[in-house]
Amino acid sequence: MNALTLGHYLLVSGLLFSIGLAGVLLRRNLLIIFMGLELMLNAANLSLVAFARHGVTTLGLPDYNAQVLVFFIITVAAAEVAVGLAIIVALYRLRQTTHVEDLDKMKF
Amino acid sequence: MTNPQLYPWIILFAPLVAAGVILFVLSRNNTAAGAVGILTAALTCFLSWKVFLDPSLTVTAQIPWLEVPGVFSVPIGIILDNLSRVMLVVVTTIATLVFIYSAGYMRGDEGIPRYYASLCLFLFSMLGIVLADNFVMMFIFWELVGVSSYLLIGHYFRKDSAADAAKQAFTVNRVGDFGFMLGILMLWLATGSVMFSGIEQNLSAMTLHPGYLTAACLLVFCGTLGKSAQMPLHVWLPNSMEGPTPVSSLLHAATMVAAGVYMLARIFPVLLAAPEVVREVIMWVGAVTCFAAGLMATQQDDIKRILAYSTISQLGYMVVGIAVAPAGDIAMFHLFTHAFFKCMLFLCAGSVIIALHHEQDIWKMGGLLGRMPLTALCVVIGTLALAGTPGFSGYYSKDLIVAYAHGANNTVFWITAGAALLTSFYMFRLFFVVFLGRPRGEHAEHAKQSPAVMTIPLLLLAIPSVAAGYPAIAKHFFDLPHPEMPHIVHYALLAALGCGFFLAAVLYARGPAKDPVRIPLFANRLYIDNFYDWLVAKVQGGLAVLGSWFDRWIIDGLVVTGAARTVWATGYVLRLLQLGNLQAYAFFFGAGVLALLYYLIFR
Repeated sequence: MNALTLGHYLLVSGLLFSIGLAGVLLRRNLLIIFMGLELMLNAANLSLVAFARHGVTTLGLPDYNAQVLVFFIITVAAAEVAVGLAIIVALYRLRQTTHVEDLDKMKF
Repeated sequence: MTNPQLYPWIILFAPLVAAGVILFVLSRNNTAAGAVGILTAALTCFLSWKVFLDPSLTVTAQIPWLEVPGVFSVPIGIILDNLSRVMLVVVTTIATLVFIYSAGYMRGDEGIPRYYASLCLFLFSMLGIVLADNFVMMFIFWELVGVSSYLLIGHYFRKDSAADAAKQAFTVNRVGDFGFMLGILMLWLATGSVMFSGIEQNLSAMTLHPGYLTAACLLVFCGTLGKSAQMPLHVWLPNSMEGPTPVSSLLHAATMVAAGVYMLARIFPVLLAAPEVVREVIMWVGAVTCFAAGLMATQQDDIKRILAYSTISQLGYMVVGIAVAPAGDIAMFHLFTHAFFKCMLFLCAGSVIIALHHEQDIWKMGGLLGRMPLTALCVVIGTLALAGTPGFSGYYSKDLIVAYAHGANNTVFWITAGAALLTSFYMFRLFFVVFLGRPRGEHAEHAKQSPAVMTIPLLLLAIPSVAAGYPAIAKHFFDLPHPEMPHIVHYALLAALGCGFFLAAVLYARGPAKDPVRIPLFANRLYIDNFYDWLVAKVQGGLAVLGSWFDRWIIDGLVVTGAARTVWATGYVLRLLQLGNLQAYAFFFGAGVLALLYYLIFR
């Protein structure tokens, strides 16, 4: 079962990212778009962890820098989710919709 | 009075103070305004005579005014020499008489305080020119007389013609003054000084470059062209007759227009050091002016315009005098005598005009000899003096100039002699038409001698008009040489006088109802005014239209609006990209990132 190479991880990470991007580009509901964004974020996290696991330093230890960075990303993502959801809720209260097609008031 | 050193300063600044007082305190009190004006003029006159009679008095004190250390220094200083002493006396004496006369002439006018304030301002500026010891100060006061002349010509500013004449006088003078300023700057650049004494000391630096000195002198002479109404900048002086007659008398006959001649006399050493061509040009300008203005005067119908052209003609004599004589005194002598009799002639014209209820056309006058005997007497004296009759002041000064012209250039001599004939002709024409024959208008029948306040200045001026030229009197004012006069000068001038008188007598003495001679060329002032009209209306107007077109379409349309429209159009195109669709933005963003990555990796 040691056939799990860096390439496999990156493939999964890329798939996750693509799914997220497709969600962002194609779905109309802000909440779903938001979820797509989170998915893309976590795809990045996954590739970071994979690189950390397989990119061995001269001491023979995994590169922990990337793993630390992942924790930072998770923390920031949590904050971002809080802000983003709050905006969406506020927007919904104002307009009674979360569909992006309806939100084009700034358009000329 | 205390310190004689202060007299020139009091003379200079008293009129300015008076102008301020009249304008700001007495602007509603006609009597007080007139009284302050007259008293101030009398004070300056009194002090001027004291200064004149005290030849030892010199003033060294200066007010520092503009200082750039090591480069440039312009003080407000006073020069007291024979030239300025004589000019002081002439200006203040005539000013006093004109101020008094104005009280009679302007009676009933609505703007008396404004009138006297402007007159005081003029007196201040004129005295500034006379007393200036450097070119910059002279130029400042030169411009100030221009301003006061503008104000006084435009006294009846509700009349369009008066407002236009004021504007024209100012604009035409500006042309000359621009040259004057350039000339001053050139002299300063070459000699490093604007003081008259400094320029004369450092002249040697300039005589090495005759071309430069010629240009500088001719540019300075441009100032005279404008202020002393020489050809071709003479057109403003006849039109300036739109102002009140005392103003014409003081500014546009006796003093202000003579400032150009005074300035030339002031820089006479510079002119002497300059190449011959400078004096040649000055001489020809003066000669052409004095003859052409004489021609124009013969066919004018307005009593004041006749006198105005006569003034231009006499100024031409003075300019010729500057160019041909070995000293400035010869021209100044004519300025001196001319100031008295021409001022008096204008005041006579003023009293005729007042007696006839502001009628200025000589063909509506006539038969005034019996009705206004004192005025008629003064006009006779003035005419004889102006025409150069032996025994009257004009004879001596004009003879001197013509004699020197004879020594300098034969053609100029004959031109000036011819101008003397014209002088005699148009002055006797004026006298015959106005005072002889039968009255040609209702006003002329009921004309009465003007009141004493107007008549007394006339009679007082009549005295110097006769006597100012006598050698016994003139020697106190001028250091006149006695050149050997060729007989031909005497004969030519006497013949000119006689012919002029005879011609005028034949044509006008019987009192014709209208002018028996019609020469449109002279009546229309050689069409010079029409030429300027054409120049201003067509050439300058065309240039203005072109400039306006360029400004409207190229500057405004292409550059200013064009820039705005470019920005607007770019913005219009760019905002089409703003679809308002979140996903499209995300797509563009992603595509952009991909493109960037592609570029960075595979370039």
